[in-house]
Amino acid sequence: MEFTTPVLNYTLLSPILILLGAALITVLVEAFVSKALRPITQLSITLGALVLALVQVWRIRNEQSMTAAMGSVIIDGPAVLMQASILIISIISVFLIADTEHFTALAASLPGSDEERQAVQSGNQVTEVYPLTLFAVSGMLLFPISSDLITLFVALEMLSLPLYLMAGLSRRRRLASQESALKYFLLGAFSSAFFLFGAAFLYGYSASVTFAGIRDAVVGSGGNDVFLLIGISFLSVGLLFKVGAVPFHAWSPDVYQGSPTPVTAFMAAATKVAAFGAMLRIYYTSFANAQWSWTPMLTVIAIVTMVFGSLVAIAQRDVKRMLAYSSIAHAGFLLTGVIALNKAGLEASIFYLFAYGIATVGGFAIVTLVRDAAGEVTDLNRWKGLGKRSPWVATAFAGFLLSFAGIPLTSGFIGKFSIFSAAYESGAKSVVIAGVLSSAIAAFFYIRVIVLMFFTDPVEDGTSVEIPSALTSLSVIFAMIVTIALGVFPAPVLNLISDLATFIR
Amino acid sequence: MALPIIGSIVVALLPKTKETLAKQVALITTLIVAGATIAMAVNFQRDNVDLQFVEKYSWIPTFGINFAVGIDGLALVLILMSTVLAPIVVLAGWNEAHGGRWSVKVFYILILVLETMMIGVFAATDVFLFYVIFEAMLIPVYFLIGGYGSGQRSAAAVKFLIYSLFGGLLMLASIIGLYVMSGAQGGHTFDLQALSQLEMSSTTQNFLFLGFFIAFAIKAPLWPLHTWLPDAADSATPGTSVLLLGVLDKVGTFGMIRYCLTLFPDASKTFTPMILVLSVISIVYGAFLAIGQRDLKRLIAFTSISHFGFITMGIFAMTSQGQSGATLYMFNHGFSTAALFLVGGWMISRRGSSTIADFGGLQRVTPVMAWSFFLAGMSSLALPGMSSFVSEFLVLVGTFTRYPVHAVIATFGIVLAALYILIPVQKALHGPTTAGNENLSDLNLREKIAIAPVIAIIIALGFYPSPLLKVINPASAHVIAQMGFTDPAPTNGDK
Repeated sequence: MEFTTPVLNYTLLSPILILLGAALITVLVEAFVSKALRPITQLSITLGALVLALVQVWRIRNEQSMTAAMGSVIIDGPAVLMQASILIISIISVFLIADTEHFTALAASLPGSDEERQAVQSGNQVTEVYPLTLFAVSGMLLFPISSDLITLFVALEMLSLPLYLMAGLSRRRRLASQESALKYFLLGAFSSAFFLFGAAFLYGYSASVTFAGIRDAVVGSGGNDVFLLIGISFLSVGLLFKVGAVPFHAWSPDVYQGSPTPVTAFMAAATKVAAFGAMLRIYYTSFANAQWSWTPMLTVIAIVTMVFGSLVAIAQRDVKRMLAYSSIAHAGFLLTGVIALNKAGLEASIFYLFAYGIATVGGFAIVTLVRDAAGEVTDLNRWKGLGKRSPWVATAFAGFLLSFAGIPLTSGFIGKFSIFSAAYESGAKSVVIAGVLSSAIAAFFYIRVIVLMFFTDPVEDGTSVEIPSALTSLSVIFAMIVTIALGVFPAPVLNLISDLATFIR
Repeated sequence: MALPIIGSIVVALLPKTKETLAKQVALITTLIVAGATIAMAVNFQRDNVDLQFVEKYSWIPTFGINFAVGIDGLALVLILMSTVLAPIVVLAGWNEAHGGRWSVKVFYILILVLETMMIGVFAATDVFLFYVIFEAMLIPVYFLIGGYGSGQRSAAAVKFLIYSLFGGLLMLASIIGLYVMSGAQGGHTFDLQALSQLEMSSTTQNFLFLGFFIAFAIKAPLWPLHTWLPDAADSATPGTSVLLLGVLDKVGTFGMIRYCLTLFPDASKTFTPMILVLSVISIVYGAFLAIGQRDLKRLIAFTSISHFGFITMGIFAMTSQGQSGATLYMFNHGFSTAALFLVGGWMISRRGSSTIADFGGLQRVTPVMAWSFFLAGMSSLALPGMSSFVSEFLVLVGTFTRYPVHAVIATFGIVLAALYILIPVQKALHGPTTAGNENLSDLNLREKIAIAPVIAIIIALGFYPSPLLKVINPASAHVIAQMGFTDPAPTNGDK
């Protein structure tokens, strides 16, 4: 039997390899470096690896050879853009994660046990979160560039498993945090099973696991259409779960609320980019010619997701839950870009993902700052009068909310405009109308928070705004600058995106 | 146009404690802007119907969006009104910002930012730019009402914002529609003139028209979309109310002419009967409710609803007199509302109450204030010799030649106007001095300086409106001609 050596094309894979290498080093650091030095070592290795990976992504953007690892990943324009977005979002999320105040002292201890108290007293800090983050980020980088179902599944698990753990690391309200981790894990496992089931059917349909193979089968329409339909629907369940679309959203409010806020920020922003990246690739390349079979389904899901997310968000009294439902609504808006199925839709989705991801990290960064003696205050009623006590923090939060609401001169508006116009162009007018109406509903609850912060008098209950650490303020300021800059002068970024964003098949 | 922004930055840089300096900088900035606008108006070529003072820079080339501005007669008149009103508002409301939720400085920053946007919204010739400013304008107004108003200010601010955002989003859907269609017909663009050449099926045109029209009807406000206005006017400071009703609401009527009529001429014709009915309802309904008001600010707000009915009717009468009258009406309404709100605001702040019944006999105690209010009221009811008479007359004549029934019903609005102005004038100014009013002080020098130009303009244009009409008429005739209408020949009514 002859054995061909696989050609891996290391340059193209280098961003992922850098991160995986760094992840392994950080595991070693965890074992061998003294407790006092650990946090700073871990932080610098993590940030260094992320920045290096970003530089690598930038350098390979014009590489000619597009496939790597024997065709199981594709590096094309969208891939580079997605990876760059994920890395930038991860870097500013790591700035938040660096504040160990949010993480439990000893993740393995039972909540309320002696062991836990001892860990707190000895000033123990959980630095395991860094390797976990790095593993998750490498999974996210792999997810949107996978070009066969097996790699896609590996990437899915690679990004999910660390996130399940990270969700359970909260310092305050540990039971809720652990509950959310378990919930996330169980539902995630279910969705993975659905995903695999769908993959199996697609293999049965096309006799291939590669996206190109599936596309050829769809174009030739040689196989059994029932298999194709079942395959697409089950695969979609797995993907829609990750992006938190209705009716697969049930995990997101609890997990957003229970997780440590920096992890929520990371999860909400980066996972969304990765998951939509993969979704766009598979729908735009493999399933493009079977449009008839999935557009109606996705249209309904998009409309329901937008309307449900916006409506339920109105009733939320907790800022993290509110942001969770708002992210559900945004998943609906983003699905519009998938439905559009044209180049404008792809560009718009990439822009939207980046803009939304950055604003989300910024928003959650603000949430980490509002605290009382017992930790973060997420009850919206206690955010009253924040504008009076700490005008800058409140103004920044208002800025992010306005961007979520899609008010002109913020990045959110350009994103919404471009994604809706792409969908309109492709004829999906019903989605656009539903999108515009739910934007109006959504504007209501964003503005209500602004009213709470600026127009109501503060309650004296010890809620105060922490003076942000240098890293946290850095990420807030960066997010704010990006949000405004993309709203006022989006032209350079839009040009970059339209130059690069073409899927190769 | 860049001037107010520079002013607002200067104000922003001033330390919080130097309140007077912030006010002075704001006043000087607005005066310079007003001067610059007047200079521009002098250089404006009246008979040229093309856009003038055009500037165009590429903004977002991916979507074909330009930062394009330029003015025609219509825009010139409204920009002139806005920039002249701004220093008056700053001067008249010298102490308004105290007692706000934030510092005085913020108030003037917001006012100056708002002024920039007001100029921009009238000058924009790129639909996207117009939309961006149209929506972004809401934010400073929202904070002006919510932060410096009185009473239920935050509720009123939210109501205002939600109504406007809703309308704005409908308009966004229409703008996307236009954009996509322009892409299908020779390249994506937002240029107003290129868009007005688009070929559209009548169904599409109707839907897109409605998106724009509802947004503008909320802004203008037309019955039944007016309910935010009385609350907002009630809660805002008098100066903010002047800008809100005097200038911002004009964006609605301006938009109807600039966007609804030019972009969707056929759809405008289709909807004309419905819109005229709504206008007539607004006129009569606003007037009746105004008569019933006990609160001075709400009364002024309802009179405005009635006046906006006249403006909308003039616009959709599709005659050049109607158009000219409506445009002139916008200008005049800006000043007469300004006079009413400013003098009303002074009365309220002196008396500490806005209930009309609390005033009484002001004529004896504070003659200058009383006379100012009287003149403002007369202008509001369109007494001949006041500027608004000319415009109201033009609107009615313009409407009558095509829609006599509507014009006749609308004429009742004038009769009702006499009631809703004269009743409060009688209650507040005449009669015995109500207890508690004996020691009210009359207008001081600053207030006299602020109100004098407003009243001078009202009276001067009442006797000699032709300078403005010469600017307006060619523009209105151009719009009507573009729509493919000719003015009906005068008839003696018995055909």
